[in-house]
Amino acid sequence: MSTQLSSSTQKPRTNLDPLFRLITRCFAFLVLALLAAILLSLIQGATPAIKHFGLGFLTNASWDPVAQEFGALVPIFGTLITATIALIIGVPVSFGIAMFLTELCPLQLRRPLGVAIELLAGIPSIIYGMWGLFVFAPWFADHVQPWMMETLGAIPGIGLLFQGLPMGIGVFTAGLILGIMVIPFIASVMRDVFEVVPPMLKESAYGLGATTWEVVRHVVLPYTKTGVVGGIMLGLGRALGETMAVTFVIGNAYQISAGLFNPSNSIASSLANEFAEAEGELYLSALIELGLILFFITFVVLACSKLLLLRLKAGEGKES
Amino acid sequence: MTDSIKLQVKNLNFYYGAFHALKNINMNIPAGKVTAFIGPSGCGKSTLLRIFNRMFELYPNLRAEGELLLDGKNILGRDIDVNLLRAKVGMVFQKPTPFPMSIYDNIAFGIKLYERLPKSEMDDRIEWALKKAALWEEVKNKLKQSGHSLSGGQQQRLCIARAVANRPEVLLLDEPTSALDPISTAQIEELVHELKENYTIAIVTHNMQQAARVSDYTAYMYLGDLIEFGETDAIFTAPKQKATEDYITGKFG
Amino acid sequence: MDNALYRRRRLVNSFNKTMSFLTVAFGLFWLVWILYTLLKLGLGGLSLDVFTQITPPPGSQGGLANAIYGSLLMTLFGTLIGTPVGILAGVYLAEFGNRGWLAPTTRFINDILLSAPSIVIGLFIYEVYVVSVGHFSGWAGSLALSLLVIPVVVRTTENMLRLVPNSLREAASALGAPQWKVIMSVTLRASKAGVITGILLAVARISGETAPLLFTALNNQFWNSNMNAPMANLPIVIFQFAMSPYEDWHTLAWAGSLLITFSVLTLNILARWFGSQQTSSH
Repeated sequence: MSTQLSSSTQKPRTNLDPLFRLITRCFAFLVLALLAAILLSLIQGATPAIKHFGLGFLTNASWDPVAQEFGALVPIFGTLITATIALIIGVPVSFGIAMFLTELCPLQLRRPLGVAIELLAGIPSIIYGMWGLFVFAPWFADHVQPWMMETLGAIPGIGLLFQGLPMGIGVFTAGLILGIMVIPFIASVMRDVFEVVPPMLKESAYGLGATTWEVVRHVVLPYTKTGVVGGIMLGLGRALGETMAVTFVIGNAYQISAGLFNPSNSIASSLANEFAEAEGELYLSALIELGLILFFITFVVLACSKLLLLRLKAGEGKES
Repeated sequence: MTDSIKLQVKNLNFYYGAFHALKNINMNIPAGKVTAFIGPSGCGKSTLLRIFNRMFELYPNLRAEGELLLDGKNILGRDIDVNLLRAKVGMVFQKPTPFPMSIYDNIAFGIKLYERLPKSEMDDRIEWALKKAALWEEVKNKLKQSGHSLSGGQQQRLCIARAVANRPEVLLLDEPTSALDPISTAQIEELVHELKENYTIAIVTHNMQQAARVSDYTAYMYLGDLIEFGETDAIFTAPKQKATEDYITGKFG
Repeated sequence: MDNALYRRRRLVNSFNKTMSFLTVAFGLFWLVWILYTLLKLGLGGLSLDVFTQITPPPGSQGGLANAIYGSLLMTLFGTLIGTPVGILAGVYLAEFGNRGWLAPTTRFINDILLSAPSIVIGLFIYEVYVVSVGHFSGWAGSLALSLLVIPVVVRTTENMLRLVPNSLREAASALGAPQWKVIMSVTLRASKAGVITGILLAVARISGETAPLLFTALNNQFWNSNMNAPMANLPIVIFQFAMSPYEDWHTLAWAGSLLITFSVLTLNILARWFGSQQTSSH
């Protein structure tokens, strides 16, 4: 556009465009450099632990500051398992909400309901944590956990998951609360992409005699799959890195067990609980290595989702 | 009119909220013929078409009053199952709307809704539908490809095949060639001509030549009123109403 | 026509529609429960003291004044540091980012920063700032928060600038305006409401953040305006008080939670309002 303009037609005055461009370019570069700096500083901080424990850090399940022995297995396991529970709960619920808001809801209720669901995202995570610890956990322990252990726990196989101490807190509670926290993120992405499906395409399916569910399942969902995957990945990223809500309710115990009602720990909650009070170089550096691992996991999730999106887009062929 | 009646419109009124979009329409659409609806934009011709399969019900605040008899049965009645109605009344839209799936699955989609067919019968039915839509020769070697990979005209014929595959009794075509080039348009028009042997066809078009070419009967609508309805030849050669004449001679619209 | 098949389809459809309705009820159930808890427990602890007294030792009277002040201060500086960086980087991506390697890379990196766990950002500032100056401080907290502001502002600025029609840019250039002037006084101005939305969303995000402050600002039980010293802030005080065994600290924590939640929700609603201004102007 104006690049051709600037050369000949202008009065002889200092042309600030290149300077302006350079400045904005520097700031764009700064964003880039930021990531490099974060990575480098974490690696540097983690070096003593990396040197001391090597790859064994990833597979060691003990965490003992007194004996100066540190392994990341429990927090990694806790992080992954709580995020998985969060998605198992959050994805179907978000899908249902998005379907309701776009296909079933009366027009007048669409906005207020949408805003209400998005408000869930506005509640700070520390509030989820406090509420989870003081309000939800006691209620859950008294009214739901015993029942779940009796019914679900009796099923062979998956029954093993619903075991543990019915104290209200633990891996399952952390996952459930994370699930609630990711609902607004996933649901609003899904709703937004569902809304852009051309009405005529949906009408074509209705025109063949398809039901609402069939239209959503066979037309809307395939049409929007890239957006849906993006939304789920966004939710997964949130769930993996969430700190405060998990710190309150996961129980902060370095143990792994099949029973989801048992306490465990996640990377973020280990850091939140111990970092400020950690003594000694090795302890600190082990914690920083945990942070590095967490950063790496979220990076991998994001990179995978980008790749997946590219492949899905290519697979869709020509899109009008 | 000596042909048997397929669709009978009786005192039909339609409202968009408070707006009176169709005013007391009465007409008989004969079976096995092509009926064209013409008129300037906003005259209600597409709206009328969307009542024939109750597509308007997808949206809030739209209301139809009166009767619409399909083979003598009021399809606006409460006891009518909309899904079954729509399976019986197929529709093709202004723009091609292939579903985001393969050519084969696009056609199988509608069939699977109502019938459980073994693979070989399904294959036969799909071939039959594609042949009906004059698309078989072009796609028979790439049935597994995405419906989006076809050209615009092919996509529209795919949509016609999809509608035909359900073996409907009535086909509604809502400006089916408005997004197509002249060659594809000619192919679709020829197709309409062949399909009318087996189906009752209602076509909305803003192209008067097209109406004259493809239809047996023509309805001229203006601002929600049905101005004139009769055999196409009569409408185009000797319209009874001055308004119709003005429109088709291009003095207006 | 297979009647059994059709009956099953209708059943599946009704079932899924019901489930869809129930999922909305499920979502609203938690929202109502959490907000109800906050109001019930928070309003009880809310008094004038909360705004005038500093955080008390266990067992005595006090408020949250120093924490509120610290939160405001750090949020303010976090926003002031992060916003210009975010806007300028966003301008680059939207206006100059159509070719070359830098823009797509930056976009990708920005996405990573956007989804980076906030506690890792805290660790980073600890490593590069707290360790080198030797103590926790308000500045460290502000820096950590600013790193959370940047990606949000970059993203919204770019998106909003891209909404501005090219014809507007061409019209301004056709008058002989140099590009920097076109961008600063026409393009950015046209997307003002959208950019403000982004900033408000960023402020909403950082005002509820706890994790990045844990090892940067830490806490301070006294009144403190010195950004170079550890600084009290609402989220950390809530964390500390909630984890303590003392009843009166719990009460204060709930009062603080109520304050923080309703400020964040208000900011979100404000942002939404500005956002609707932006989309309605196009």
